[in-house]
Amino acid sequence: MAQSEQEILAGLAEIVNEETGLETDSVQPDKSFTEDLDIDSLSMMTIVVNAEEKFGVRIPDDEVKNLSTVKDAVSFIHSAQG
Amino acid sequence: MSTLTDRPTLTTATGAQYARLWGVGGYRPERVVMNAELVEAIDSSDQWIQERSGIVSRRYAAPDETVVDMAEHAAREAIEAAGITADSIGAVVMATVTHPYQTPAAAPILADRLGIRSAAFDIGAACAGYCHGIALAENMVRGGSAEFVLVIGVEKLSDFTDFHDRGTAFIFGDGAGAAVVGPSDTPGIGPTIWGSDGSNYDKIAQRDSWIEVKDSWTAVDEESIKFPAILMQGQPVFRWAVWGMAPVAQQALDAAGIKADDLDAFIPHQANMRIIDAMIKQLKLPSDIPVARDIAETANTSAASIPLATERMLREGQAPHGGLALQIGFGAGLVFAAQVIVLP
Repeated sequence: MAQSEQEILAGLAEIVNEETGLETDSVQPDKSFTEDLDIDSLSMMTIVVNAEEKFGVRIPDDEVKNLSTVKDAVSFIHSAQG
Repeated sequence: MSTLTDRPTLTTATGAQYARLWGVGGYRPERVVMNAELVEAIDSSDQWIQERSGIVSRRYAAPDETVVDMAEHAAREAIEAAGITADSIGAVVMATVTHPYQTPAAAPILADRLGIRSAAFDIGAACAGYCHGIALAENMVRGGSAEFVLVIGVEKLSDFTDFHDRGTAFIFGDGAGAAVVGPSDTPGIGPTIWGSDGSNYDKIAQRDSWIEVKDSWTAVDEESIKFPAILMQGQPVFRWAVWGMAPVAQQALDAAGIKADDLDAFIPHQANMRIIDAMIKQLKLPSDIPVARDIAETANTSAASIPLATERMLREGQAPHGGLALQIGFGAGLVFAAQVIVLP
C-alpha cells in the first residue's frame, strides 16, 4: 500500500539510523547523503536494500547514483509505490 | 544408421567413497605495502581506505616474481602438510586470472617445477576459483580420475591494477594458497552450491579485451598505450556479494546438513571487510564463530584469498584442525561457489 512522503521519510530515517547511528531527526529532506550525512557508497547500498525491503519497491543499481538527497530517495520510493 | 550392440563394455574409473583436504599451504610475498604508499595517486587517505575496506596493508610480489613462483611455494607447503609426495598427485588445478599468458596455462609449468607429469590445467573463475577447484577436486577423487589433486589459488593482481582508479587501487594484493585434496573414509567436503550470472559480466572485469589494446601497442607515443587493468563497480558488486551470496552460503550449510551453530570457522572470500561484516549479519552467524579477516593485512588476493585465510586461521590457532568451515568464493563473471569442508 502506498505511504505518504512523511511516512516514507520517517521510515527512511530509521533505516539510516540503524546503518550509521545518526539521529533520526538529522535525516531531513534537504540533506545530501554524502555531503551532509557523510554516508559512503557501501552504507548507501545497505540503506537502499533495506529500503527496498521496508517499502516493497525495487531501486535499480543505476538509479542509486541519482538519489543524492533524502528528498530524492523519498520521492523515488513514493512514486515507485505508485 | 543401425546401433551396434556387440561392442565390449567399457571399464570405468572408480574412486574413493569420500574426499577431504589433506593439507593447506600459503605464500605471502615479502614486500609489505601500506596504504600510505597508494593514497597520493587516488587523492585519498589511510583512514578513508580502512573505513571503506578494512585493509591496512597488502603484499606485492617482486617485479620478477611470477604467479608460478608464488604457487610453487604454497604448493610445496601444502604437499608437506598433507604428508604425501608430489608423485602421488594426479591433477594440478590452478585458479588464477593474473597469469599473464593467454596460453599456455600456468598449471603445467607448476607441475613441472614439482617434478610431475600429471594432468594440469587452469580454471577461470576469478575470486571463486579456489572453491570451484575444491569442487572439481572432490569430484575427481570420488570419481577416480585422480587419487590426490593439488588445488592452487594464486594472483599477482599488482600487475593488473590501475593505481589511479579510486575504486580498486587499494583493494588488490598478491599471494598464493594451496590445498591437497585426497581420499577419505569419512565425509570431508560437503556439496558445492555454485552458479553464475553472466548478465553482470561487466561489473568486475578486465577493462579492455586483448584485441582492443592490440592497436595501441603499435602506437608511437607511450602515453597512448593502454593496459587492460581489472576494474570493478563497487556498489552493485557490494549488493550482489552481500544479499546475493548470503543465501548461497546458507544453501551450502543446508546441503551439508550443518547448522551455523555447528561451524568452527567462516571463511568467505576476502573481498572487503564491509562485505564480510554485512554477510555475517545477513547469515545471522553466531558471534562466537571465528571469521577469517585476513583481508586487513593481505587485501583482496582473488583466487588466493580463501586458502591464504585458511592457512592463517590454522597456523594462528583461530580455527581447529578437524573443525567444520564454511567457505564461499564470489567474483568476476559473475560466478560463485560455496561448500562446507572439514579443516585439515
